This record gives sequence, structure tokens and C-alpha cells, in this order.
Amino acid sequence: MGDPKVRAVWAQIEKVCDPELDEPVTDMHFIERVEIDRDDHVTVSFRLPTYWCSANFAFLMANDIRVHVEQLDWVSRASVQLEDHMFSEQVNTGVNTGLSFQKTFADLAPDQGLDEIREKFREKAFQRRQETLLLALRKTGWSDSRITAMTLEQLSAFRFDDDEPAKQRPRYLALVRELEHALAPDDRVFTNYDGSPLQPADLEDHLKDLRSVRINMEFNGALCRGLLNARYKELEPSEGEPTLIDFILDKVPPTASGGHTKNTRQISSD
Amino acid sequence: MYKTPEGKDIFVVDGHTHFWDGSPQNQSNIHGKQFIDCFYAYHSALSPPEEVWEKSQFEKYTENQLYNDLFVDGPDDVAIVQSTYLRDFYKNGFNTIERNAKVAEKYPDRFIVNGAFDPRDGNKALEYIHYMKETFDIQGVKLYTAEWNGKSKGWALNDPKAYKCFELCEKLGIHNMHVHKGPTIIPLNKDAFDVHDVDYAATDFQNLNWIIEHCGLPRLDDFCWIAVQETNVYAGLAVALPFIHSRPRYFAEIISELLFWVGEDKILFGSDYAIWTPQWLVEKLWAFELPEDIKQQAGVDLTPEIKEKILGLNAAELYNIDVEQRKATLASSPIMIAAE
Repeated sequence: MGDPKVRAVWAQIEKVCDPELDEPVTDMHFIERVEIDRDDHVTVSFRLPTYWCSANFAFLMANDIRVHVEQLDWVSRASVQLEDHMFSEQVNTGVNTGLSFQKTFADLAPDQGLDEIREKFREKAFQRRQETLLLALRKTGWSDSRITAMTLEQLSAFRFDDDEPAKQRPRYLALVRELEHALAPDDRVFTNYDGSPLQPADLEDHLKDLRSVRINMEFNGALCRGLLNARYKELEPSEGEPTLIDFILDKVPPTASGGHTKNTRQISSD
Repeated sequence: MYKTPEGKDIFVVDGHTHFWDGSPQNQSNIHGKQFIDCFYAYHSALSPPEEVWEKSQFEKYTENQLYNDLFVDGPDDVAIVQSTYLRDFYKNGFNTIERNAKVAEKYPDRFIVNGAFDPRDGNKALEYIHYMKETFDIQGVKLYTAEWNGKSKGWALNDPKAYKCFELCEKLGIHNMHVHKGPTIIPLNKDAFDVHDVDYAATDFQNLNWIIEHCGLPRLDDFCWIAVQETNVYAGLAVALPFIHSRPRYFAEIISELLFWVGEDKILFGSDYAIWTPQWLVEKLWAFELPEDIKQQAGVDLTPEIKEKILGLNAAELYNIDVEQRKATLASSPIMIAAE
């Protein structure tokens, strides 16, 4: 079933990250089904590792999935179905009728949105992405002062040998631009999260802090994968992991596990 | 007692165990089912295949099985059995202090029974703390901030009502606060696993020991930064330790973080029985060595001396167990006879 529409929907969903893990929801195998009816109404069903997973993150992901799928011109409407969750009903109703988070959960989060939590995890994503690049540059033998002096232009043009920094670079740069920490080509590209420049003498301690963030996120990612597999009785990805194309060609049963990124590979090689 | 392959006897205090009833008969609603199902997912996701139980056995196990898994087939010398009520989910509670105490009174040298309270109960919580101290002489409690209580879907350690309870605990000599940070729902817009309330409580109650179960996961990074500033904050290893089997490198990274930030004197072994059984965990921990690159990067090591502290000596210190004396007492009460 190499339906180009299904393929397009998957490609859009792939842009949605679990905010807590900074990994695409597709890599996490959260997406169970994509259905497109005759009227081009798209329904995306997803599930999470436990019944108790944070409802605010569930809401953010559900909302992001809907927004991304609706960016496709031909889609008449996009709906999400969160399954097996303590707040399935509220999240589904809220997101599918375009209610805000506050309105959806008026009783449990009066007058408050998700800005603070979004901000907290944006910082962690920034740190995790940055660490990957800093470590890769150190590995190539760059001195700390050369690294901290690096500009936006230099980082954009740098040739990374490994996949991981090459993958994280555009993600890091996107955040740097979003935060307006570096906009001009000769702006320094490595800053603290508050935008202050990194000093060579602080780099070692800075990296220690970033290391904690990364280990925590990777660990949570591994835990979530394990719990999701156990919950839905799925097998660990084996050799020849399915790729996006396998999903598109329907070679992977809807609930079967599969991964197609470095993260899955990293875990399997442990 | 755990006998190492080199023939050394290691005193083991299992800092986190349960004797629960999560069976369908005891479940009040879908949440009760989902709660034990979630535990079972942890169990089956992270145990070696040969250690995975049948679901029905996992939901409810017998006293004999508990005793066997911990002390006969298992390496524990002493087990701290925690209480968790979850009255909104389970008709008779999940594992109440009465249920725990009933087993413990048969084997007083083996078990330490911890209580539990819910600060949202107000004065009733204070009365309950008195009751637990007088009846069971508890030294510690398990605090489950994610517990539902009617309309409330969670609480924080720095809630004023909680502070009243801690003041009383301090007064009565209940010193060990085992904190489990489950997903707290309220307020829903916040991070459900936020650990910063630990910081407040630990600062304001310096005479209490704050043992953070599963070392603050899934907020290990935030937890480490808190623990480094507070001398009375400890890390319980449950949930992190089972990764030693399925993802040893992740475990190495986690334990090296803990050793660096929290320190070797403040890490406590806990099997979280019956989510995991202690024998394989202890065997694997004893055999485990940090990969060289992680050791270099983190600047720490996991030596046999440190393992011995983690496995029992640190907890013995917190619970005033005289290790040599307890070893002698246990040696004089033959284990198999006691189990019958």
C-alpha cells in the first residue's frame, strides 16, 4: 500500500517530538494507525507507554500531530485518537474540537497553559542537542577556545563524520534561531540557554551538566520503549529494522514495533 | 546474605519491597487494573526472561513466596517493606501497614515495616502517624505523592499540610522519608514528575532523611542537582538497577552520575520486590564493572567496597542496624525452618 497520501501523513507526523524525550513520536512507536477516509479526513491513532503518562505531554503531542497533518493541502480534517490513557476522552475531545489545554482541563489546571512546561523541556532539548555537537567537535581535536568561538556560519558548514551530530545540527540550529541566540552568520553559535556566550574555561563543567541531561533523556527514552513494548506485547526490533518505507508499504503490522533511527540502533547495540 | 563468587559474605538490606494485593478481586475500578498492569509492564520489560512471572501470580503472591524470594532464594538479610494504600483504586488498599506488619511479626529480625500517610487527610493524618508509631514503632514512611484522594490527584512535599506531618514525624523519631515521585496530576500544566519539592522539604527538615526512590527518575538530572546541595538526600536504586541486565551501559551511566553527584554513602539498593526479585539484581550488581570510558568521563569508580555500602551498609546506617550483631542473630535462626 504505497499510498502517497499515507506516506505524506507519516512524513508530517515524523516532525512531531515527544517534548520530554526530544525524539520523534514515530521513533518512539507511539503511532498505531493512520487512516484516511473517502473525504480525506485523516485519523491518527496513538498510544503511550503507560495509562499514567503525563497528560500535558499527551495533549501537546496530540495537538502537534493534528496541526502537522492539517498542514497538508489535501487534508480536509485531521483527528487524533489517544488510546488507553486515563485522560483519553478529554485529550481527544479537546484536541479534535480545537479547545485549548486550559479549556480542556479547566478543573485540573485552572487558568494556566503549558508555557512553563514547554519552556522547561525546550531547555533540555537545547542542552541535549548542543552536547552532541560539542562532544563531536572535541573529538575532532578542536580546542575549547576554538569551539566556544565558533560562529553560526562555521557550524553550518562543518563536516561531521558521524551521523548523530549531523542529525542534531539542524535541530540545534533551529532552536538557536528560535531563541534568537545566533542570527547573523558571524554570531557565536554556542551559548548558554539564556544566550550568554560559553567561556572556554567553563566548557568542562558545562559539559558535565549537559551530560546529566542527556543521560536522563536517553534513559527515559529506553524506559518508555521498554514499557510500551511490554504493554502491547511487542518484540524488540531485531536485525533489519523496519524503516519509514516499511510502514508506508504496510510491511509492518500496525502494532508491531519497528524503528528507523539512530536511537534504536544505539539501544540495540548496548 | 549474599556470598560473592570470591567467597565474601555481603550484608544485604533491601531498601524497597512490597507485599501487595493488586488482584482483580481487590481492584475497585479501571485505575486499579491499570496500576498493577503498569507495574507488570515494568516487571516484564526489565526482568531477564527466566525471571518473569505469570500475571496472576504477580497480582497477588503469598507470604511464603515473599519470604522465599527475599531470604531463601534471595540474598536479603533485612528487607524494608513499604506501605502504599491507594484506597481510591483498591478495596482493601494495595499494601497497607497491617498487611505488612502481619508478615513482619513472624520474622521480626528480617523485616522493617514502614508506614504511609496522606497529608491531605489533615488531622486524621496526624492521628494516623501517632497510631503507626505506637502500634508498629515505625522508623520510616513511604510517601507517594501521586496518590489520588477523592477529587485531589496528587500532592507535593512542600504543601503546608505535609509540613505538619513532617514536624510530627521528626518529633516522634520517624526519620526516614522514602519518597516515590509517581506522576502527580495536579496542577496538570506542570511537570508531573517534578522533584523540586524535595529540595524544599529536605532544606526545611534537616533531621529527616529523604530517600528518593528510583533516584528521581524520570528526572534524574534535576534530582542530582538537588541531591548535591542537600546532605540529607539519598537515592534509592529501584527501577535504575534492573537496566543492569537489559541495558548495562545505561545503568553504568546512571550509577556513575549518582556516584558523582550524590556520592557512594547515599545510594541504597532496593529491589522494588515484587516488581523485581533481588537475587539476580544483587548478583549482577556485584559482577558489574563500569566501562573504562564512562569511568574516565565521570571520574568515579564502582569498587567492591562501594557496592557493599550500596547493598546494605548505607541502609543499615539509616535504620540503626548493628550489622555484626544482626548477622549473628540471623545466623542463629535457621532460615529454612523459619520459612516453614
